[in-house]
Formats: sequence, C-alpha cells, structure tokens
Amino acid sequence: MEEKLTLFKNRKRFGIEKNIDIIFKNTALVLSSFVAIILLGIILVVFFQSFESFSRYGLKFLVTSNWNPVKDEYGAFTAIYGTLLTSFLSLLITIPLGVGTAIFITEDFVPKVFREIIGSFVELLAAIPSVVLGLWAIFVMEPFFRTFFVLLHNFFGWIPLFSTEPAGRNSLLAILILVVMLLPIVTSIARDSLNQVPKKLRNAAYGIGASRWKTIFSVILPAALSGIMAGVLLALGRAMGETMAVTMIIGNSNAFSWSILSPGYTISSMLANQFGEADGSQVSSLFYAAFVLMILSLVVNIFAQWLVKKFSLKY
Amino acid sequence: MNSLYYQKRLSRNIGDKFFTSVSAICALIAILPLIFLVTYILYKGGSQITPELFTLEPNPPGDDLGAGGINPALIGTLIITSVASIIAIPVGVGGGIYLAEYSKGGSFSRFIRFGVNVLAGVPSIIAGVFIYALIVSTKILFGSMYSGLAGGMALSILMLPTVIKTTDEGLKLVPNELRYASLGVGASMYTTILKVTLPSAFRSIATGVVLGIARAAGETAPLIFTALFSYYYITGIGDLFYEMGSLAVLIYNFALEPYDAQNKLAWAASFILVLSILSVNIFSRILAAFTEKTKRV
Repeated sequence: MEEKLTLFKNRKRFGIEKNIDIIFKNTALVLSSFVAIILLGIILVVFFQSFESFSRYGLKFLVTSNWNPVKDEYGAFTAIYGTLLTSFLSLLITIPLGVGTAIFITEDFVPKVFREIIGSFVELLAAIPSVVLGLWAIFVMEPFFRTFFVLLHNFFGWIPLFSTEPAGRNSLLAILILVVMLLPIVTSIARDSLNQVPKKLRNAAYGIGASRWKTIFSVILPAALSGIMAGVLLALGRAMGETMAVTMIIGNSNAFSWSILSPGYTISSMLANQFGEADGSQVSSLFYAAFVLMILSLVVNIFAQWLVKKFSLKY
Repeated sequence: MNSLYYQKRLSRNIGDKFFTSVSAICALIAILPLIFLVTYILYKGGSQITPELFTLEPNPPGDDLGAGGINPALIGTLIITSVASIIAIPVGVGGGIYLAEYSKGGSFSRFIRFGVNVLAGVPSIIAGVFIYALIVSTKILFGSMYSGLAGGMALSILMLPTVIKTTDEGLKLVPNELRYASLGVGASMYTTILKVTLPSAFRSIATGVVLGIARAAGETAPLIFTALFSYYYITGIGDLFYEMGSLAVLIYNFALEPYDAQNKLAWAASFILVLSILSVNIFSRILAAFTEKTKRV
C-alpha cells in the first residue's frame, strides 16, 4: 500500500509541464480576444478620426450633398443615397433569382449530378475577385447593355428612376454587377435552409393533395423563411460594403440625381476614389462617411445574426 | 373515373409547369455570368500570356511603349498574401483552439463567436481605412508610409474571421472519445490538442485556410491606400517597407487607363488571378468530396 502511494507521488506532473499547459491556454485566450480588440479598434479609430468632421457638420453631413474640397464643405447625401439605392435595388433583383435557383437545385426536376454542378458553379462565382468583375463590367457588360439602356430611357423616361440620358458608366450597371456578386450568397444560404426543412412536411402536404408548387409556396418556403431572410440580410451587408466592382462602373459623380441611368456614388466608392489624395478636413469627412458605412453594415449584420438565432428552425 | 389520370389542362398542373420553368430560367440566369466571365477571361486574357509577361516591369501608361509585364505585381501579391497569412493563421488557429477546446460555451466565447461573425461582415474597404489611420498616416513602421507590410496587415484582418471559424468548426467535428483517450493515458491538455485533436482536424482546417488565402489574394479594396502600387521590381526584403504592387491593384489601375496596352495587361493579370483562385477552389472541393466518400466507407 505504502509502496503504491509513493509510486503515484512520483508520477505527478512536472511543474514545467503544468506551466506550459497554463501558458498554452492563456496564449489561446489572448489570441481569441484579438478579434474583439480589432473590432473595437476599428470602431474607435474610425470614430475618433471622423470627430473633427462630426463636430463641424453634425447630422447635417448626412442630408446635404455638396462635396467641395476647394471650399471645404462636405455632405455625403449623394453617396449615402447611392449606397442604399444600389444595394436595395440589386437585392430586389437578386432575391427572386437566387431563391428560384435554390428551389431548382433542391427539388428533383433534373438529375442530382446536374443540380450539384449548378450549385458549385454558383458557388464558384463567389470566388471571382470583385476587381475582375469590375473589369468585365467595364469592357463587356457596358457595351452589351448600352442600347438596352437607351430603350429603357425612351420608354420609361417619365419615371424619375430612368429620367436622364444613359451615361456610359451609371448606377444601373453597378446594380447589375452587384446582382452577380450577391447571387451566390443568397442562393447558397437559401439552398441550405430549404434542405433543412424536414421531409415529413413535404410528404404531409403531398398526402393531402397539394401540388408540388402549392407545397413549395405554402409549406416549404415559409418553413425556410428565417434562414432565407438571414441570407438576404448578409447579402445586403455585402452589397453596402462592396467596393471595387462598383467603383469601377458607377461613374463616380457627386452630382445628385434620382435617376439610376446617371453616374452615381456610393460611400465605399467615394472612399476608394478620394482617400489616396485627400488631406486636411477632407480626410476627416471621409472617415465620417466610413463611419456611417460601418454603422450601416454592423446594424444589418447584427440584425441578421439575431434573426438566425431567434427564428432558427426547431423541428 | 377521369380524376385518376393526369390531366394536362388542369389549372394546377399548368401552374406547376409554369413555376418549374420559371425556376429553371432562374438557375440558367444564375450560372450564365460565370460561364460568360470565365470564357471571356480565358479568351481575352489567355491570348496575352507571353513569357515576357512574367519577367518584365509594367511600362508607364501610354500606347507607344507597349505594356511590359506584371512581374512586380505577381511577386507583390505573393508577398502581401504571405504577410497576411503569417499574421492571420497563428492568431486565427490559436483563437479557434480556445473557442473549441477550452471555452465551455460561456458568455466570453459567445461574445467572441459573435465578434467573429461581425468582423466577417465588416466591409473590406473599412479594413483599409483602419490600417491607413493606424499605420500609414502615423508612419509607425520605421517612418515608412504606404508599404507592402501595411497591405498585408489590412488583408490579415479580412482573413482572420475565416481562419478562426474553420478552426473552431473543424475541431468541433473531432469526436470527444479521442480527447478522453488522450487525457486518460495522462497526456496534458496542450499535448492532447497539439498531438491528437489538431492533427485529426488538420485537413478541414487546411482547406478552409487555403480558401481564405485564395479569397484574400483577390482583395483590392484594402490595398489601394495601404500598399498602393509600384511599377518596379522587388529586389530585397527592405522593399516590404515601400509601396508594393499587386495583381488586384494592377487590374484596378490599368482597367481605368484609356490605353489599350494597359487594358490588355489588366486582362492578362485577371487571367492569372482567376485561374489560380478557381483552381484552388475546385481542387479543395474535389478533396472535400473525396474525404467525405472515404469517411463513409
């Protein structure tokens, strides 16, 4: 008995091993808190850099649209309007397209191989860098759509959205390239949430005589709605922050216009365009605009996460 | 009796046919951009590929000189992405280890996971703005302003959430029995993690990290006012502290030039960028499908 106890006593961990264990754990802890530090750092740095402009213009910055570095007057309404307009309109096109595609690849209309190919094609689209999409938009999309835009203006010119002569680079092209970028996000998240709907629900609907699309519209889509909504919000956040492709094709003009056929501006394209050569209070105003963009995308993202947690499927 | 047979003209059957074709058209529209884009880049960019492209500096804009090559941008992309990986991978894997292995689902880990998701949603240009304010405008890096190092740091902010998430999720998939077995034979926690759980989750973590790197290699927005751009060869390690070109910024700058020679160079750079990113994606997809199959057996 005595012998055994000493045996165990000798097999205690060495102090050094214990210390390594503690150091390892604490290092991991510190590394994981880096995320929080960076996030807080971003918010604080952008806020403090924008402080000068914030105290000078206050909330007026958000509703005036003169951006004049020569006279030192700044207001970001054009850019904010452009950001909201392009992201919401592009979502409006993307949602039916993306959800329709997701339904097509979760139902059994075509053999599984084809559905998987379509699914991975759409996901590969997400891997294309946005600057390449911008290049493509400039040299392929813009000439392709030019006559179509003229027709659009001729027939629907009485609607304020189409009221100006189409410019070479304009907001509508930015909206269309955003659709290409958002499609993979909406499609893949909608597909995942449609796949999670239990088979029982579908069988029950078929059992009482509902047709396939009746089942999809009244049973499957409502059951998957929260997941789809979260995907849509994530896409909205991406659309608001998207920079390169939009900057390259939107035309970058601060002159305000209701029309999407005229050149426009978004907050991110304004940053990309002016940050490099800005100085003085223009830098501060740009930081203010960046702060607005950050708050917009933070709100959308946090709301999306809350939605997922609150309404995630419980079957 | 008739009602037992499929009736084409019934309104529900016509409606079904209609919606089925609508969704098929949606799917068709969704994959068209990729097909158009890839074929156009293969055709337009592939025809520009010459050996000089990989060895020369780009010439200053103008039609008379010819375009030159993309050597500095190619090397610059490799360097900037490596800097980003060197920062983001240790931090991300370490953080992921803490979330998956140590935290017991308390409020701290929930907060960090929330933060990871929020950071993933921060617009990429904001990361550039942040690094500009923190590093470029303060000249904190030995007095240098725009530098490849600053660009790498901005990219690392974008990579970090991906790395943490894949590590966290990869480790969570490792069965608990492995941990119990290792701890049961007297291994300490860090030996268990380094020798047992991390190796068995290695493949899924590596896949995620490689995809994250591929994504970062194509990012432009964080680089345009941190790393800026350079026309000149990268000659040594000291160049890390000066402006550095990258494929993505080259595409952006040269796409907006009015000269045909520069536009062609932008297409060639896109060809190389897209080809490498797509092949990494397809390769990891095949690898994932392959491991799934072997696991099932």
